Amino acid sequence: MEYLLNITIYLPLLGIVAVLLSRTEAAIKWSSLVVTSLTFLLSLPLLSTFDIVNSHIPQYVTEGVQMLDGFDVKYLTGLDGLSLLLFMLTTLFGPIVILSSWQSVSKHLKGYYSMLLLLQTASLGVFAALDLVVFYVFFELSLIPMYFLIGIWGGAGRIQATLKFFIYTLVGSLIMLVALLYLGFHAGAVHPDLLFTLDWRFLSGSEYQIGLVEQTWLFLAFALAFCIKVPLFPFHTWLPYAHTEAPTAGSVVLAAIMLKMGTYGLVRVCLTIFPNAFMEFAPWFATLAVIGIVYGALVAMVQKDVKKLVAYSSVSHLGFVVLGIFALNTVAVQGAIIQMINHGLSTGALFLLVGMIYDRRHSRQISDFGGIARVVPLFAVLFMIATFASIGLPGLNGFVGEFLILTGSFFSELYDQPVFAIIAATGVILAAVYMLWMVQRVMFGPITHEENLKLKDLNAREVGLLIPLVLFMFWIGIRSEDYTRYSEQWVEHHITQTMEKSDLVLESAMYEELPGWAIRMYKPEATRELFTELPTKSQ
Amino acid sequence: MNYFHELSTFLPAIVTTIAGLSALLLAAFKVSVRTVFGVTVVSLIVALGVSIGDLSGDTGVSFYGMISYGGTAAFGAFLVSMASLFTVLLSRDYLESIGQHVSEVYAMILFATTGMFGLAASNDLIMLFVGLETMSISLYVLAGLRKNEKEGAEASLKYFLLGAFSTGFLLYGIALIYGATGSTQYAEIAGAADFSLLFMAGVGMLLTGFFFKISAVPFHMWTPDVYQGTPTTLTAYFATASKAATFVALLLVLSTLLPDQEGSAWQEVLGLIAIITMVIGNLVALVQDNIKRMLAYSSIAHAGYLLVGLAAGSAAGYSGVLYYLFAYTVMNIGAFGVIAYYEMNKGLDFSDIKNFGGLGYSQPLMGVLLSLFLFSLAGIPPFVGFAGKYYVFAAAVDAGLISLAVIGVLASAASAYYYLRVMVYLYFRDAHKEVEWTEPGRLFRITLLLLALFTLYYGIEPVLTSQSLIELLSSLY
Repeated sequence: MEYLLNITIYLPLLGIVAVLLSRTEAAIKWSSLVVTSLTFLLSLPLLSTFDIVNSHIPQYVTEGVQMLDGFDVKYLTGLDGLSLLLFMLTTLFGPIVILSSWQSVSKHLKGYYSMLLLLQTASLGVFAALDLVVFYVFFELSLIPMYFLIGIWGGAGRIQATLKFFIYTLVGSLIMLVALLYLGFHAGAVHPDLLFTLDWRFLSGSEYQIGLVEQTWLFLAFALAFCIKVPLFPFHTWLPYAHTEAPTAGSVVLAAIMLKMGTYGLVRVCLTIFPNAFMEFAPWFATLAVIGIVYGALVAMVQKDVKKLVAYSSVSHLGFVVLGIFALNTVAVQGAIIQMINHGLSTGALFLLVGMIYDRRHSRQISDFGGIARVVPLFAVLFMIATFASIGLPGLNGFVGEFLILTGSFFSELYDQPVFAIIAATGVILAAVYMLWMVQRVMFGPITHEENLKLKDLNAREVGLLIPLVLFMFWIGIRSEDYTRYSEQWVEHHITQTMEKSDLVLESAMYEELPGWAIRMYKPEATRELFTELPTKSQ
Repeated sequence: MNYFHELSTFLPAIVTTIAGLSALLLAAFKVSVRTVFGVTVVSLIVALGVSIGDLSGDTGVSFYGMISYGGTAAFGAFLVSMASLFTVLLSRDYLESIGQHVSEVYAMILFATTGMFGLAASNDLIMLFVGLETMSISLYVLAGLRKNEKEGAEASLKYFLLGAFSTGFLLYGIALIYGATGSTQYAEIAGAADFSLLFMAGVGMLLTGFFFKISAVPFHMWTPDVYQGTPTTLTAYFATASKAATFVALLLVLSTLLPDQEGSAWQEVLGLIAIITMVIGNLVALVQDNIKRMLAYSSIAHAGYLLVGLAAGSAAGYSGVLYYLFAYTVMNIGAFGVIAYYEMNKGLDFSDIKNFGGLGYSQPLMGVLLSLFLFSLAGIPPFVGFAGKYYVFAAAVDAGLISLAVIGVLASAASAYYYLRVMVYLYFRDAHKEVEWTEPGRLFRITLLLLALFTLYYGIEPVLTSQSLIELLSSLY
């Protein structure tokens, strides 16, 4: 099975060869479709043979040779409860984005499909990597195809958008690189046999602890990189540009998969490796998340461009995910993990639909539409389902995630007060406002533009590629436990371990010299008093 | 004393000396340039093979302590012969197309290479000086190859004047060090170092001379003009071979002449120079419209990254620097090679980046290759440039130079902008003038593909094989 995991990751990369050797346009399209479909099919056994009871332990692990004496940098991949569903989501979107570009992309086909396939391998690699260097390599590699996808096949302002996207993300990840190196040497100093290690299994384990001061800096460096990628307010400014200018497939992959790399990283690295800093900064990040939720929603409300509206709704929705992650209780983190999938499905579907209508009408302005539900009923129905999923209507997937996140954050000990959950809940209402208002202006009312009377409804290909997404929206909405069970054990195990690790670090911090800010922040003194009081009482 | 053994320790330089003299003779007898080219290539392949063999051989000093062999010196020789070989392979077609294909070019390259071998193996300040001068004087001539054009003359004269000036510093430094310690051999100097003002001033002068040669800021002013005026494949030679040789020499000086001296401020000086070099190099590169000037500033910035590894002053730092030099040589020759190919085609001024519009589509292979080399120069994984940066910055972090590493990565984030800008023109903008393209020659194309293969292979090599290059380099220290 471990071979199967690696085959799944690298099959799209091999597919590039097939694409480059293809002579006709049809051959290019079909070979990439076959490759991505095969990737999806091959990934299914990974899901069915996954050991749910032990989902906190990485499975299908491939471990490469250690590179240098004592320097434990090696190829290391595997899947666990956290990454499994995101991995599956990525393989699912492979054939979907290929199909979505079938007719809408006409120039430089070889390059286009090669880039999509390269992006597929890079994204799969990010979610499967268990060594942080391997993670970093895939994380960065994913920038290259996206850079070209936006830059070559994007809209009018594509050059600035793609540069902004690239540089913004690169700054974050390079800071992460330094933190990564520091972490590696620090972990090597703790490890009995090694000088340098970034093996996630060791870093997240209970025997590895980091001092409070170092933890703070490392956490902030990693969190910055991931928050730019998410993007969390105020690092979100690259997103609307990139989304509006990207071709449909680019937007879909960006929203459904690449943004998840940020939230995934927050859980994978920040939550498990830096427990104290994570808990100490949780209210701050929750504040930013809540600002993002409300701000994203308010800005989305006034957008005139449908695609930009969906882009800003992403800022809002990912705020929920971040809020759930930092609440650090089983309910909220579970909600955050399932919400990553949900957001991928519903926002992915929305971007696909916006792309389909753009192909027909060559406009995305809300004011150019109106009343088209009567002309394109099939489109309207699917669009409504995706909208409802996105705003969290019960019975559809969005509800499950948002409900879990809000419940979890309401009772979160780290947030101390329910105010975060309460403000975030207004985001749900605002989402309903801006989405439904947009749907109303686009779909219903009188038809104000002559051109819209001649719009063609969705064809079989377009319906076909949306069907799986809609299916999953209902499935997760109705039987969410079919999906949440994969991460249940993972979340429980790692939250307990995070709590334990933070206590251990605080205990050892009592006997250390700490700078003033660290004492004020983490208050190891309070812990010390607890410990010193006990013996005096017993006397 | 076994003379044959002594000679065998300096075999690559002997091969290139003989080849260089034969090249001059062959030119005098009006043998065709292509034959001279063949002789040059064969001699460089022999030198490359010998230096690769030496890598796993024993180490020591020979010629009465003038040179060291094996280990670092062998890797230096490997870098120099590899860089020379690749630039020579690219030079034939390019120089023919600009009408400068003369036998003396190869003779000069071979003499410069000989100097570089000496420089990269020096174990004595006199050898250092002789090697440096042999190299430099040949390079001054090469810089002025296009002697009838203004840029060529400017490049040569500027390079010569500033080069001579910096050599003065170096020589004065050597004199002061000799005055303070009574020796010119590295090991003896290290033993006799007394940290008197005389000694400190001498080392300062010596380092200044080095900073000129590796074009570290603020001694970098000559670089853009020289790179711009020199024929492109020879610019690649300047940027890689001479830089690699000088850096290896600097590394030898730092690791044997000034190792771990208590209270010495060399580390801090190197760190400071590294910061200024990375920041200024990258910032000025941002606004360049001439691609050769841009690559000149980028090479300044890369010197900064290399200095970070030297500032770390640890075994990991030194092996990281050697690895980075390898990476830099491969990707930089590749990038210059593609630009040289564009320049072979008449109709547009291909040193101006604005004329790169749409080239990625009219010349797909070259476009992909240039993008690959530029991504690698920007340090994006999974290319060799990333691996190089990784090792260098890892060494800096391990040595506690966190701030240096942070400034380094931020500077390299800025660098992504100007590397990507080339790709913006290649792929995102339309061509504005038709050019009649000539097919690149087979040799030219194979050389570039080989460089691209190295760029890709060595980026992922550590996970593919247990006998990786960095492992070999780490075993040197």
